[in-house]
Amino acid sequence: MTLFGDPTVWLPLVFAALMGVSILVYVVLDGFDLGVGVLFPFADEAERDRMVASIGPFWDANETWLVLAIGILLVAFPSAHGAILTALYLPVAVMLIGLILRGVAFEFRVKAPHRWKLFWDRAFFGGSLMTSLSQGYMLGIYIMGLEITVFTTAFSAMTAIALTVAYSFIGATWLIMKTESQLQRKAVNWAKGGIWGVVLGLGAVSVASPFVSQRIFEKWFSIPEIFLLAPLPLIALGLVALLWYALRHLPARNDSFAWFPFVITIALFVLGFFGMAYSFYPFVVPDQLTIYEAASAPESLFIILVGTCFVLPMIVGYSILAYTIFRGKARDLTYD
Amino acid sequence: MMDALILSRIQFAANISFHILFPTITIALGWVLLFFKLRFNATGDEKWFDAYRFWVKVFALSFAMGVVSGITMSFQFGTNWPGFMETVGNIAGPLLAYEVMTAFFLEAVFLGIMLFGFRRVPGWLHTLATFLVAFGTTMSAFWILVLNSWMHTPAGFEMREGVAHATDWFAIIFNPSMPYRLVHMLLASGLTVAFLVAGFSAFRWLIGDRSASVRATLKTGLVMGALLIPIQVLAGDMHGLNTLEHQPQKVAAMEGNWETRSNVPLVLFALPDEEARENRYEIGIPNLASIILKHDADGVVPGLNDFVAEDGSALHPPVAPVFFSFRVMIGTGVAMLLLSWASVFFMARRDVSRGGTRHRRGVEGLPKPLLWALVPMAFSGWVATLAGWYTTEIGRQPWLVQGIMTTADAVADVPAPFVATSLVAYLAVYVVLLGAYVSVLFYLATKTAKGERVALRPGSGEATTAAAAAVAAE
Ligand code: HDD
Ligand code: HEM
Ligand code: HEM
Repeated sequence: MTLFGDPTVWLPLVFAALMGVSILVYVVLDGFDLGVGVLFPFADEAERDRMVASIGPFWDANETWLVLAIGILLVAFPSAHGAILTALYLPVAVMLIGLILRGVAFEFRVKAPHRWKLFWDRAFFGGSLMTSLSQGYMLGIYIMGLEITVFTTAFSAMTAIALTVAYSFIGATWLIMKTESQLQRKAVNWAKGGIWGVVLGLGAVSVASPFVSQRIFEKWFSIPEIFLLAPLPLIALGLVALLWYALRHLPARNDSFAWFPFVITIALFVLGFFGMAYSFYPFVVPDQLTIYEAASAPESLFIILVGTCFVLPMIVGYSILAYTIFRGKARDLTYD
Repeated sequence: MMDALILSRIQFAANISFHILFPTITIALGWVLLFFKLRFNATGDEKWFDAYRFWVKVFALSFAMGVVSGITMSFQFGTNWPGFMETVGNIAGPLLAYEVMTAFFLEAVFLGIMLFGFRRVPGWLHTLATFLVAFGTTMSAFWILVLNSWMHTPAGFEMREGVAHATDWFAIIFNPSMPYRLVHMLLASGLTVAFLVAGFSAFRWLIGDRSASVRATLKTGLVMGALLIPIQVLAGDMHGLNTLEHQPQKVAAMEGNWETRSNVPLVLFALPDEEARENRYEIGIPNLASIILKHDADGVVPGLNDFVAEDGSALHPPVAPVFFSFRVMIGTGVAMLLLSWASVFFMARRDVSRGGTRHRRGVEGLPKPLLWALVPMAFSGWVATLAGWYTTEIGRQPWLVQGIMTTADAVADVPAPFVATSLVAYLAVYVVLLGAYVSVLFYLATKTAKGERVALRPGSGEATTAAAAAVAAE
């Protein structure tokens, strides 16, 4: 264990990185399937079936990344886990009920008698919306250092809407990639409408965070950091421009470049995530608890790490297998 | 107004009780589906594929219910019981992490292939996916039961400054009650599924479905139940002896025995009275508890009065809930034994009436009242499982981790109205979902029995031919 120096230094860092990666993967993967749910009311019944078919084989595995992220928080930083989750008690409950509703609606909408289908479709939409909004709200409260005042609540209401728009945007770009004809054209229009929301949301969160937190301000606007970090927002702007251009020309002939908006949107999410991670490091509870203070005993972290080194590549491997098997345009879901 | 502790306990009990219903089904149903698939691969007989097709729907629905309620479970440690992780996180953490990494991802990813991949992947890969999903659910059960058993019989650790540190992972994983609990729970899952399959097949039979597939599943369920129940009774008895060694106060509550003494009767019914510290209206079989627990009528069995503090407060769990839950579990087990053995007896009887061909009567031999009795038994596994868990978990109180921390030590400092709000919301959702789940199972059974399947799925013949070709190609 002393091979790489002091384990109480590098182990917390490794686990913070692992947790960051799982949150990022979760936000991208469940982001698109939550987004598809939020877009439900804009589609008719046949389109809704196709939309569900596009995410059916994936949603369960996508959600598992949330379980992993919360699991790492729980096992690697137990005191932070308690502090964060008790402070976010009610929004967590809203999110969990949202996840329950949308998760079971997948199954019930096709298995229950047809007269109930509309009810379960609404549950799917409502659950997806509850989940997205509460996640955005929690993000806001977290940025604000887990304090609940009128001001932080207003800020978090904004992040709630911003994240929901971002999810529906990545959902729309997923649908552009996975569907054809009428529904694909609709998805392009949804994305065109959503892109301004994404720009506004991303911009507002980036501008507001440094001004409400002195520490974040100093991390970004001091020399030489400001020069090193300047490319980040510039690249983001470039990506938005590319997206905007692409959306104006889609769907293209032979369906080429249908994957393009989805991939660019992932890149945007990754950028936003790194900006955020940079702002918070080394804190796990903003301004209160660093990852080093909150970490579990090294011997316990070590035994998890050993397992992770074996298991994570396998998880990635068979996730890729599943996405390969169900590549291409979504078809009707059948069990045989 | 109730405080946050009692509300959090009710909420935890409600959430875990809801969650456990669905894993109990999926753990064993995964293996039963693999059995159907393998029978189909081996015989090419469509009835096995029809059986697979029906029960995979039940599996998918149960799995979704299990996953979403499981996510609620993993958040609860943080929202309601932060003290738990702060004290024993070094042990509970790695166990939970291994569950996520080795089980949840495996089952979640291959579930997609198992459910929707039939036409997209080769036959062997579909069979493999079915196997991996079944294996994954069993691994989930393994890891979570390791943790739960460790909470009952902690081992392989030391306390430093009030925090548990692992010293021996082998002793933690193979803690004294783990093998018993794992075996008993896996058998419980098997029995739950056996009676679920038998119950719904009996229902389809009674409303006029005489297909080969319903015969096959009815027989599978009944034989499976008849085989597992005696093993379960034996495993349960051994589990009880193990508990006697490690948590005697729990066994005393289960038996309703107040005084430590010999020649203890087996109490069939009583109203335990904790005020007076005695049983009212007791009906019992003399000496039997001593014989079961000590294999000797003169064996001395510990009583509840040994677990009273100096100041007179009880150091044992609340007696009545443990006492009654235990009897509900045993009663259900006895009902399972009688019904499944009677069914196998009727199926195995030879038919002498028909021109001397002495073949077994099979499913036709089952009398109607027996078939009707099997229908409500479809959910008997749920009743026994919940009752068993209530015995175990309430029997551990006031401890959360036996001898290390109490439930009250772990509770979060969350305002009671918050907990009350979330509790009411969960309960409302659970009631609706449970109603929807049960009624959809009956709806699917009715629809399949009426043969609507054919109209709904024009591709069925083609799909099975493709499957048979894939099998032949192997
Ligand atoms: C189909 C379900 C089922 C059936 C028919 C039985 N059980 Fe059971 N029992 C369980 C399902 C279960 C369970 C839900 O799985 C429990 C709760 C925790 C555990 O490990 O198993 C349990 C717990 C449990 C305990 C408590 C162990 C502890 O202290 O933690 C004992 C002593 C028994 N059982 C004994 C029996 C006996 C003697 C049975 C014979 C009729 C029996 N059970 C039938
Ligand atoms: C294997 C995983 C399990 C773990 C880690 C676990 C953990 C816990 C914890 C933390 C508590 C304390 C909270 C409380 O008092 O309510 C508890 C109590 C309880 N659990 Fe479990 N449990 C598990 C399985 C189950 C299952 C499957 C059931 C029932 C179906 C169950 C039923 C209960 C009940 C009824 C209580 C309340 C006891 C009381 O407060 O009097 N548990 N358990
Ligand atoms: C405190 C206790 C528990 C926690 C925190 C918990 C957590 C979870 C989570 C997060 C999932 C969803 C996994 C996914 O995303 O695919 C899940 C599913 C599952 N759980 Fe639990 N669980 C608990 C108790 C139990 C118990 C007592 C059992 C059985 C003995 C069990 C067996 C399973 C199984 C087999 C699954 C697979 C999915 C399914 O079949 O529904 N769990 N659990």
